[in-house]
Amino acid sequence: MTADTTPEASAALADNTGASGTAAFPRLLAMEWTKFRSVRSTVFSLLAFVVLTLGLAALFTWLTVNQWDKIDADQRAAYQRDAVGNILGGGFVLGQLAICVLGAMVITSEYSTGMIRASLLAVPRRTPMLAAKGLVFAAVTFVVGEVVSFGAFGIGAPILHSKVPVSLSDHGVLRALLGAGLYLMMLGLFAMAIGALVRHTAGAITAVIGFVEVLAPLAQLLPGSLGKHVHAYLPTEAGHLVAQSVQGPKDLLSPWQGYGVFSLWTAGLLIIAGWLLNRRDA
Amino acid sequence: MIEVHDLSKRYGDQTAVDHLTFTVRPGLVTGFLGPNGAGKSTTMRLILGLDRPNSGTATIGGVAYHALREPLRKVGALLEARAVHTGRSAYNHLLCLAQSQGLPRGRVSEVLALVGLTEVARKRAGGFSLGMGQRLGIAAALLGDPQVLILDEPVNGLDPEGVLWIRNLMKALAASGKTIFVSSHLMSEMAQTADHLVVIGRGRLIADESVEAVIARSSGQSVLVRTPQPAQLAKELERANGPDTTPVTVTTAADGALMVQGMTAPEIGEKASAARVVLHELTPQRASLEEAFMELTRESVEYHAAQDLTAAPGPATTGSPSPSPTVQDAPPSAGSEAAE
Repeated sequence: MTADTTPEASAALADNTGASGTAAFPRLLAMEWTKFRSVRSTVFSLLAFVVLTLGLAALFTWLTVNQWDKIDADQRAAYQRDAVGNILGGGFVLGQLAICVLGAMVITSEYSTGMIRASLLAVPRRTPMLAAKGLVFAAVTFVVGEVVSFGAFGIGAPILHSKVPVSLSDHGVLRALLGAGLYLMMLGLFAMAIGALVRHTAGAITAVIGFVEVLAPLAQLLPGSLGKHVHAYLPTEAGHLVAQSVQGPKDLLSPWQGYGVFSLWTAGLLIIAGWLLNRRDA
Repeated sequence: MIEVHDLSKRYGDQTAVDHLTFTVRPGLVTGFLGPNGAGKSTTMRLILGLDRPNSGTATIGGVAYHALREPLRKVGALLEARAVHTGRSAYNHLLCLAQSQGLPRGRVSEVLALVGLTEVARKRAGGFSLGMGQRLGIAAALLGDPQVLILDEPVNGLDPEGVLWIRNLMKALAASGKTIFVSSHLMSEMAQTADHLVVIGRGRLIADESVEAVIARSSGQSVLVRTPQPAQLAKELERANGPDTTPVTVTTAADGALMVQGMTAPEIGEKASAARVVLHELTPQRASLEEAFMELTRESVEYHAAQDLTAAPGPATTGSPSPSPTVQDAPPSAGSEAAE
């Protein structure tokens, strides 16, 4: 195979130690982007997310239209008040799980394959590495999230039109659509932070999904206003408010307050993850 | 130049590395030897900043690894465990590493050609054989054309051609002034590549000297003598034993030959001549590096029982060094080649 590669050839290798014009952080972004795009499973997960979310949003909207005459007036009113949130909600319920899995795996797959060692040899300063990884993943999920939320609206609104006319210029609609992308971006970072803390794929995914799908109903079981408050401040319960066009009558937080709460949760976890990353043996 | 000073690492109550101090100099291949569990990989991980030491320092060119700018341009490392995402192609693996150091894309193709992986560059690394994975790891280590190379068991899983290739590569790189620090559990391998040895056992330094010195220090230096008058010669030789001299011991082998320790071949020849004893053979026996190593680390082998199970004369039983090859995987020529 390599009979012709003499050691002399390697010793005489070009001295490429010069020419370092770009600053360090953009290089880390380039590295993380290459890592992200060059693994087939991440690309497929994103595609699955897009297809799943658009498909489910269309399906649930169509079902609603079909059942419109059978559902009671209260439910119709609730639906009409936040038509855009309901179109998106149908798709996001399941679609967001793909983002959770992807976010966790962006970091846990480095641990499971041993890639983390190559990464840390190349970038021994671990905080910038985590920051670059987070930034690249956030950018990707934001862009894809916006494509999906506007796409879901573009599909859902015409289906719904005969029952509930809704357009981009309606109050809160544009904010909700932008907010949906922002929500998915933060959700991805939230999952990545937990992935960095847990370092094992299965454990991290379980933890993230526990936060997203299990804690919320459990919190509602708490008695009285305690349960109501705990529920309202849970990361994704607070975070998804920004993807609704209007604040619901039972919502304790406004859309942006909710997003702020979610951001604080995520920032807190990322700080702990970064601190532990620097302390732990790789 | 790699400098390790008073380095210690504990995992729980297990001490993996125990106050190690040594220096790895440029222009040489420095072998890092020790029995399983001696702390070789841990020491390398500490030098590379992957693990945090409990005490002590490890620096490369005077700088701790984590403080290096563009570390891959200064230090290339091959770790024992795989460090590649199985879903990524060899090309993209090296590309992302190159990007982090500001290295040009062309360099990726260069190192792929150097290690002979050009044809499979676009294939997933997960499908690589052990040997191909090892070549990819070496490509990553050479990517930034670093001055210092740290290789943990580089010949693991390589076919004989690959072993030869690595051996020549290391020698050539050392000859060009680079610092090569390579661990191995194959003493015969070290005998053929290393100039200098750092030997550890149970995390402690046992020896830090040239390959020559390690072999010379071993008590395996003995002389084989054949004579028709063995009893007479043995008596003559043992008579030389005095309170201030090195003790001379003479043992008789099964075929009647004598093994003499504590006396050089010329001395024996002169004694025999003086006593008018006829000699048929007088051969100095060099201990192989294997034997020297086992002698050195006998006290610190962690798992004696497991070694006994191999049904080979293990270090625990190699009480008196014998000239015959007691080690199954060492070619008999290992000792003499090391002496070159």
